[in-house]
Amino acid sequence: MDNIFDLIFSVPFMFSVLRLTTPILLATLSSVISERAGVGNITMEGTMLISAFVGVVVSAWTGSAWIGFLLAVLAGGATGYLLSYIIFKMEVNEILAGLSINLIGSGGTVFLLYALTGVRGISSSLSSKVMPAVDIPMVKDIPVIGEVVSGQNVVTYLAFISAFVIWFLLFRTKLGLRIRAVGENPDAAKSVGISVFRTKSIALVIAGVLSGMGGAYMSMGYVSWFVKNITAGRGWIGIAAAAMSGQHPILGMLSALLFGIADSVSNTLQTINLPSQLVLMIPYVVTLIAMCLYAWYALKKKQNEKASKA
Amino acid sequence: MDEILRAEHIVKIYDNGVMANKDINFAAQKGEIHAICGENGAGKSTFMKMLYGIEQPSEGAIYVKGKEVHLTSSAKAIECSIGMVHQHFMLVPSLTVAENVVLGVEPQKGIRFDKKEAVRITEEIAEKYNLPVPTNEKVEDISVGMKQRVEIIKALLKGAEILILDEPTTVLTPQETDELFEELKHLRDEGHTILFISHKLYEVKKLCDRVSIMKNGRMVATENISDVTETDISRLMVGRDVVEVIEKTKADPKETVLKVENITCKNSVGRKVLDKVSMRVRSGEIFGVAGVEGNGQHEVLEAIASMCHVESGSISLYDKDITNQSIRKIRDMGITHIPEDRMVHGTAKKFSIMNNILAGRHRAKKFTGKVLLNERAIAEEAEYLIKEYRVKCSGKNQEIGMLSGGNIQKVVVAREFSQDPKVILVDQPSRGIDIGAATFIREKLVQLRDEGKAIILNSADLNEVLGLSDSLAVFYNGKIAAYFEDTSLLTEEELGLYMLGVKKMDTAEIERRMYA
Repeated sequence: MDNIFDLIFSVPFMFSVLRLTTPILLATLSSVISERAGVGNITMEGTMLISAFVGVVVSAWTGSAWIGFLLAVLAGGATGYLLSYIIFKMEVNEILAGLSINLIGSGGTVFLLYALTGVRGISSSLSSKVMPAVDIPMVKDIPVIGEVVSGQNVVTYLAFISAFVIWFLLFRTKLGLRIRAVGENPDAAKSVGISVFRTKSIALVIAGVLSGMGGAYMSMGYVSWFVKNITAGRGWIGIAAAAMSGQHPILGMLSALLFGIADSVSNTLQTINLPSQLVLMIPYVVTLIAMCLYAWYALKKKQNEKASKA
Repeated sequence: MDEILRAEHIVKIYDNGVMANKDINFAAQKGEIHAICGENGAGKSTFMKMLYGIEQPSEGAIYVKGKEVHLTSSAKAIECSIGMVHQHFMLVPSLTVAENVVLGVEPQKGIRFDKKEAVRITEEIAEKYNLPVPTNEKVEDISVGMKQRVEIIKALLKGAEILILDEPTTVLTPQETDELFEELKHLRDEGHTILFISHKLYEVKKLCDRVSIMKNGRMVATENISDVTETDISRLMVGRDVVEVIEKTKADPKETVLKVENITCKNSVGRKVLDKVSMRVRSGEIFGVAGVEGNGQHEVLEAIASMCHVESGSISLYDKDITNQSIRKIRDMGITHIPEDRMVHGTAKKFSIMNNILAGRHRAKKFTGKVLLNERAIAEEAEYLIKEYRVKCSGKNQEIGMLSGGNIQKVVVAREFSQDPKVILVDQPSRGIDIGAATFIREKLVQLRDEGKAIILNSADLNEVLGLSDSLAVFYNGKIAAYFEDTSLLTEEELGLYMLGVKKMDTAEIERRMYA
């Protein structure tokens, strides 16, 4: 037992928490901004897969990690725009539209990978590049904290900065005010001359960019290759984390951290003698428990509100 | 006084062919409160929507300050300094008052939204027009009257000189209404023009300078308020263009079938929609209920059908209490219902005619086999009813949504009439359907009456409710304001006075007439 605690309260463990939180956090933020704009966006998983694939292919082709990353993020944004076009211009149900993008993400990437490399399922034949890790001056010399916080992948820092950027965008800018207005009462927004389609599209493009960063991180930071279903459900967990936070970027960051910890526990415990099936289950079990707790809490709150009104 | 707004020869024909406005001429002066009165369906809302750019006129022209304008969108109307306070507030609940006010014209400081400036702007207008609001509170936490005030400030901020208020007092308490009137008078004195849409005549009389009256899509009169009485306005509002004669013999009512005693119902926001209503309906009569929309005549049918909760009082069928029973039980006991909206409560749009006829009767012995439904019996019934009720369709398997309104209504009517009911609740039976279908349904109703059914009829169509009913209760403000045991003696002018609350019978008289 002591062994387990030693493993968990160690610097490598904490370091891996941040590493594992990164993609979940980006998916969470993506979901938060979509929900704030009043769109039930479920495309995080598919968008991440598309961007992960684009990042690997472009960086291998150009030999530049940054160009690969940039194009991966652009692909994410484009996917976001595609989604808004399908929902608002072609008037397709948002869940169906999301489902089809997710299927394109999971099937299309495997197909294109095979078409490009002739190998099924993994991109190891491509010499793709990885985003650099960054040492933070000053901070890196602080004991423990320095070891945990410094030396992470550059995308990890981008992810945590994004949480604050999205918070600022939603609650401190004109665009954010409009996104929230459109999400809550589109008729009200329309009646004062705000274009609902435009505002929602912008929100979905930003959501796509965030998912795109998450996807690029998976194949160009977390690991250095693309493999079939590389995201392994992190997009879905992001949606759960966003719902749990009440669609708030900073609280969303905290709930993403919770899932990061669960992931990390699962990874760490694989090194000791426990049945791997059980250990691999941990993040998903935590998701389930968290969602149940959240639903219970939301219900209670509603009941209290009703009681206080009556 | 200067003329600020003029509409000339406005015609509006909707895509479905309904002519909602017929050659309307209208003018409003700067600095007046101008009431626009009319019954439901008189075309007030359509006309206002055109003034606010939500709908575009099919013909005619609108002038603001003497210049012709093309109001193709609300944004365009705002540009022309026209503002509107909708009946359903256009506010975002989780944003603050100030944020709602500046939405669409947000002040900025660099890339930030300038919240302080938003508050300052809001307070400036609030002070100027004497409309105090809690600028930093969230809209979801403030009262309805306050929300309305926020809407007015919103319009003023965008430079509105002409302010349209669509039945603003329906959601307000009497105190809030008084406050609103003071505010509106203040705005008028500042030189704003207010178009006040209402069918509450005492409010019009109290607040407005002039009144324009609409009827059947036409503007029938514009008068100075001091030159007319409430009775005059009511006479102009209510009244038929053409009196259609509905042929029927005199009723011969028998025993009391349905008794409603002192029932009170509330709507979702807790307002009383029925206030201690009592009535009794006899077999062999058509009991009409009339009123301006929202006064309880529709709600009383819903209460009997158990579609809304009865807070107190009781409803009984042949002396058996049926208050708040399940809809299934009530239908099984022999109460059927032609609901107000055939697409929402009357039919399942994507289902076939046959399945719509079966709906609600799928448990009947006649249609159930041992395990599966008895397809043959159902098909026979559907075919029989389609023929009997002359439903124009390609066959029993046609999707009901593909039929015309009149034929859909015939299917609903066929289903509800054919289960040998004791009481038939009929809510707006001929709204939006062709004359052929309407006449057919009316004849059926009279025929069922003669067979001894008790029928309760609610209709906004005066021809129908006056022509078809044998006795009639008039609803006003959730109460029965008058009861006429014989509608053939009732004139529409008289009816209008009761519907609009100008006249009222006392409870004793209603009881005396009803139980005579």
